[in-house]
Amino acid sequence: MAPSSEPILQVSGLVKHYPLTRGVLFRKQIGAVRAVDGVDFTLGRGETLGVVGESGCGKSTVAKLLCNLERPTAGAIRFKGEDITRLSGRALKAVRRNIQMVFQDPYTSLNPRMTVGDIVGEPYDIHPEAAPKGDRRRRVQELLDVVGLNPEYVNRYPHQFSGGQRQRIGIARGLALRPEVIVADEPVSALDVSVQAQVINLLDRLQSEFDLSYVFIAHDLSIVRHISDRVGVMYLGRIMETGRDAEIYDHPTHPYTQALLSAVPVPDPEARDRRERIILAGDVPSPTNIPSGCRFRTRCWKARERCVVEVPALAVPEAFRGGTGSAVHDSACHFAEELRVVPAQGAAEGPAQGVAEENGSGPG
Amino acid sequence: MPEQPYEPERAIAGTGMGGAMDLAASEATTLEPAPAGPLGTGPVGKPRSLWSDAWRDLRRNPVFLLCALVIVFLVFVSLWPSAIASGSPLTCDLARSQDGPGPGAPFGYDGQGCNVYTRTVYGARTSVTVGVLATLGVSVLGSVLGGLAGYFGGVWDAILSRITDIFFAIPVVLGGLVLLSVVTSNTVWPVIGFMVLLGWPQISRIARGSVITAKQHDYVQAARALGASDTRILLRHIAPNAVAPVIVVATIALGTYIALEATLSYLGVGLKPPSVSWGIDISAASPYIRNAPHALLWPSGALAVTVLAFIMLGDAVRDALDPKLR
Repeated sequence: MAPSSEPILQVSGLVKHYPLTRGVLFRKQIGAVRAVDGVDFTLGRGETLGVVGESGCGKSTVAKLLCNLERPTAGAIRFKGEDITRLSGRALKAVRRNIQMVFQDPYTSLNPRMTVGDIVGEPYDIHPEAAPKGDRRRRVQELLDVVGLNPEYVNRYPHQFSGGQRQRIGIARGLALRPEVIVADEPVSALDVSVQAQVINLLDRLQSEFDLSYVFIAHDLSIVRHISDRVGVMYLGRIMETGRDAEIYDHPTHPYTQALLSAVPVPDPEARDRRERIILAGDVPSPTNIPSGCRFRTRCWKARERCVVEVPALAVPEAFRGGTGSAVHDSACHFAEELRVVPAQGAAEGPAQGVAEENGSGPG
Repeated sequence: MPEQPYEPERAIAGTGMGGAMDLAASEATTLEPAPAGPLGTGPVGKPRSLWSDAWRDLRRNPVFLLCALVIVFLVFVSLWPSAIASGSPLTCDLARSQDGPGPGAPFGYDGQGCNVYTRTVYGARTSVTVGVLATLGVSVLGSVLGGLAGYFGGVWDAILSRITDIFFAIPVVLGGLVLLSVVTSNTVWPVIGFMVLLGWPQISRIARGSVITAKQHDYVQAARALGASDTRILLRHIAPNAVAPVIVVATIALGTYIALEATLSYLGVGLKPPSVSWGIDISAASPYIRNAPHALLWPSGALAVTVLAFIMLGDAVRDALDPKLR
């Protein structure tokens, strides 16, 4: 899991607005759902970038944009320097070999009317150049073996497997074309906790085995920390704070990150009593009507006049500029300051499940 | 408060999985074989597909075999009615009007003195032709138009939906009276054409709805992320998952088309004598139900058995195409 500095994926100014229209015959645009509203990040080769945020903050839309399942309204996604957002036809198909996706719900991500062999082998039908025809069946069985399934299961149907096994099938399909980037959209949130650990460990193992780079989307902070090298915290379509995992978890400087981390359940009752729980007021504003200035200001206890008029840039905050240490990382807040919210003692013994804000089952 | 970083790694390991090192061991114990069905018990054989599995299933289904037998027999009778019935269905002798069974006429004679057995055998051709061809036409036209509208959406979907609304507003019998009364040809083709014209919106609506449901599943997104073409997504992923409601409705519709042919013939706008059809015979025999019930019973019974065979066949095919029911 050694991240190198060489970027494999560069995302800049990524925007996805879904227009809201009114009228049957003469469609008039009356607004837009600003699902993703200016996201920038870089993914290094062999690195894992965790993206966290509550439901509806645009995480899944980012995943779809990365896999070219949706066209962005603006911005660029560069894979090895080439902008893939405007590609079509053969060039797009070629890029798709390199960026694959693992889906959230293993119960809908596998076609119930195809056998496991057909599902995992389908990438070879679509990209015949990836494997010679006679070799495909052996490769499919190898893939099943790699993800920890019995290769003899090729003739079974998805409904004959448990949730964790199904997610392994989904991962095998994602691996078939030997992609360089895997976008995992909440890959374990539909699984129960013991199985979550197995699947996370599998992803971890595959990363070193196949030299993969991950964009790992989740709302579970503990799991994101476990697997990520770097973490980005999203709120209402934008990344609010990003940095190495230790920087985000132990030295958060953005009030939203601090509030999220303070909501992680603490299994130790004593530590729980000592910690400071930040309760945010109000609900997430509608993505059709995003507040001016800092989008978090409506729920922030630090909000002042400046937050209404000036959009904070995602950069190292003024207070920490020129300094050293873990608090020096990008944070989109005018009044960033370090605040330790994760209690230290005893927290390590808890269950893996650390639900951020709510355990939303819908796509985030 | 002693400084110790939060360690989710240990938190995950704490669930009893023992971390990555023990992964292989934990897999060995936790990966129980999936519920063993009739599949997967044998060694890895040659690859199977949905259709070959469905066929394996159907061959062992007695209901399917019985229905298929009836339908094969009906098709055979439609093609070669003279093989089991001697004489012509149009040779009638008024002297034998409403007579009971006799030699060469096991079903007796109808009001015109025609041999009911011969007429029932010859009538199969009309009913089977109208039912099968109208259903085929309606299913193909309806599912192609509805499926494409549902898959691509947008303007075409809006236009198609309005067109189906217009067709739904046409009363079938009234439409038949108006449209078929101007047709002079006394063959099954105008009747079939009329049924396709008025029947496709029903299938189209069902196909559209089930395609819209199917295309929202993640496996369609997964196929798209793999670079699959629209044709491939439609044929491999959407069609198999959207076809079941169409099959069910089409098989039920097949029965209603056979009945509709009888209705139209009764009204004098479908097939007209001297054509032979169960519908014509049923309508001709219904006034004499008290005097000669056999003249009504046999064509009606043939109609009922035919409709039932097609509906139950459709049911069996639908079940076989759903692996979850195996």
